Amino acid sequence: MTRPGGWRDGAGASLGGRPRWMNPAYGFVMPALLAIAVFFFVPALASVLLSLTDFDIYAIASRANLRLTWHENYARLLGDPLFWLALRNTLYFVVVAGPLSIAASLAAALLVSARLVRWKGLFRTVLFLPVVTTLVAVGVVWRYAYHPRIGLLNHALGALGVGPVDWLGDPAWAMPAIILMAVWKGFGFNMVIFIAGLQNVPERLYEAASIDGAGTVAQLRHVTLPLLAPTFLFVAVMTAIGYFQLFAEPYVMTQGGPAHATLSIVLLMYGEGFRWWNMGYAAALAFVLFALILALTLVTLRLRARGPSRELAT
Amino acid sequence: MRRALQATLLHLVLAAVAFVTVLPLLWMVSASLMPAGEATALPPRLVPSAVTLEHYAALFRRLHLARALANSALLAGALTLVSLLLNSLAGYAFAKLPFAGRERLFRLLLAALVIPGQVSMLPLFLMLRELGLINTYWGVIVPGMASIFGIFLVRQYALSIPSSLLDAARIDGAGELRIYWSLVVPFCKPILVTLAIFTFLGSWNDFLWPLIVLTDDDLHTLPVALANLLGEHVQDVELMMAGAVLTVLPVVVVFLALQRYYIEGIMSGSLKE
Repeated sequence: MTRPGGWRDGAGASLGGRPRWMNPAYGFVMPALLAIAVFFFVPALASVLLSLTDFDIYAIASRANLRLTWHENYARLLGDPLFWLALRNTLYFVVVAGPLSIAASLAAALLVSARLVRWKGLFRTVLFLPVVTTLVAVGVVWRYAYHPRIGLLNHALGALGVGPVDWLGDPAWAMPAIILMAVWKGFGFNMVIFIAGLQNVPERLYEAASIDGAGTVAQLRHVTLPLLAPTFLFVAVMTAIGYFQLFAEPYVMTQGGPAHATLSIVLLMYGEGFRWWNMGYAAALAFVLFALILALTLVTLRLRARGPSRELAT
Repeated sequence: MRRALQATLLHLVLAAVAFVTVLPLLWMVSASLMPAGEATALPPRLVPSAVTLEHYAALFRRLHLARALANSALLAGALTLVSLLLNSLAGYAFAKLPFAGRERLFRLLLAALVIPGQVSMLPLFLMLRELGLINTYWGVIVPGMASIFGIFLVRQYALSIPSSLLDAARIDGAGELRIYWSLVVPFCKPILVTLAIFTFLGSWNDFLWPLIVLTDDDLHTLPVALANLLGEHVQDVELMMAGAVLTVLPVVVVFLALQRYYIEGIMSGSLKE
C-alpha cells in the first residue's frame, strides 16, 4: 500500500515536499503544549527564582522592593518551628492515613470481588460514592459529626460506653479525626484499582491452589496478594503523592488547629503566600513539598526495578 | 448449606460496610430537611420530624448560592469542553502523527507528573495578575486548558486506532482535521467520555485554586462559597447541610449517570501504564 507523501516513514520526515515545520502534527500538539508550557512549566521554573527572593507584599506594590536573597528563605525555613510542625503533621498524615486507606481499599476490594457476592456493581458504586463528593462539602458534614456534644460519632461511642472525645478540639485527636475522614473519602478509588487487579488474577491459579488443598486464607496469602504486588506499589505511591498535598480537610475542619496540630505544608504555604503575601518564603515551602514527592517517587521506581515483573498484573 | 451460610454472612458484612460508608451522606440529606435546631437536638435525630425545604430556599433567596451554582457549572463546563478538545488533539498526535522529538517530549511530560501543582501556583498567580486575569473566570479556565494526564489518557487509547484506517482516509483525500473529527473522535469516544467526567468532577470539586483566584463574592464557586458560609453560619447546622447537599448533588448525579465510563476509566488507566 502506498503511503501518501511517505510522511509516515519516520519522525521528522517531510510531508510531500513541504518543509518539516509544516507537519500537521505540530498543529495538533501545539495548543495543548503551549498551554502546559506557559501555565505550568514556566511558573514552575519561575518558582525556583521566586524562592531565592524576598518577594513580599511590598514587592507586589512595586518591583523595586524586590531583592535576591539566595538561600535566606531556606535558612529561615530551617529555623521556623511552624515549618517543622507542618512537616511532622504532613508526614504523620501520610504515614498513617496512607497504609490505613490502602488496607481499607484492599479489604473492600476483596469483599466485593468474592465469588459468592451478588450485586457486585451495586456495592462497588455505593462504596465509591464518597470519592466523587466535594471535599469541602463532606468536610462540613464531618465537622458536625465530630462535634463533642451533638456529633453522631460521640453518640455512637457513648452507646458503647466510650466517653466523649473532643475530636477536633483536642490536639491529640484532631489529626486522627482528619485521617479517619480522609480514609472514608478516599478508599473507594484504590478499591476500584484493586478490583481491576483482582480480575486479572487467572482463575486457573485458584483452581490449582485449591487442588493442592489451599484454603481461602492460604489462597489469599500465596496467590492473590503476591500477584497484586505491582498494583500495590502503584497505588501506594499515587496515594502518598495525593496525601502529601493535604489542604482542604484541615482548612474546612480545623483551620490547622488546635495548637497547629493539623497544620500541613500546603496549608502553611497557602497562609504564607496568599494570606500574608510572603511569596518568596511560600515558594521555598512549595519546593520542600516537591522534594518530598520526588524522593518518594524515586525510591518507588527503584523498588519496582528490583521487584517482581508486572506481566501478570497488566 | 455451608456455602449459603457463607454467602449470607458475606452479604451482611458488605451491607454493613456500605451502610456505614453512605451514613454521613444520608445524614447530610436528612439534616438538611429538618426544621431549624433539630439537627442539634439531644438525643440526636436521624430522620426529620417534619420535612422542610426552608434551608434550601434561604440558600437561594437570602444567601445567593444560585450565583455560586451557576459559576461552578459554567467553569466546570467550559473547562471540560476546552480541555477535551486540546487534550484529544495532542493525545491523538502523540499516538499516531509522527514528528521530530515526539517520544522524548512525551517522556518529558510524563516525568513532569511528579511536580505537584502547588509548585507553579505562586508564580502563576503573579503572572495572571499581570495579565489582569485574577478575579475573572479566565483565571480558573486558563491554567486548566490542557493537562498532561488528559493527553496521556487519550494517547494510550488512540494507539489502538488502526493506521490503515487513517491512511485509507488520506488516500481518499481527507484533510488531517477532517480525519480527526470524523474518524478519531468517534473511535476514541469511550475514553473522551471518561476524560470529560474526570475533568468535570475535578474542576467542580477543586478548592485551592478557585479560592486563590476568585476573591470577589460574585465569582465564587460552590465549594468556596460553602467554606465562606461556614464562617458566618457554623451554628445553623441544617442550613450548612443544605449547602453541602447543593454542592455535592450535581457531581453525584453526573457520577451515577455515567459511572460505567468513570470506573472503567480508572481501571484501565491504572493498569495500562
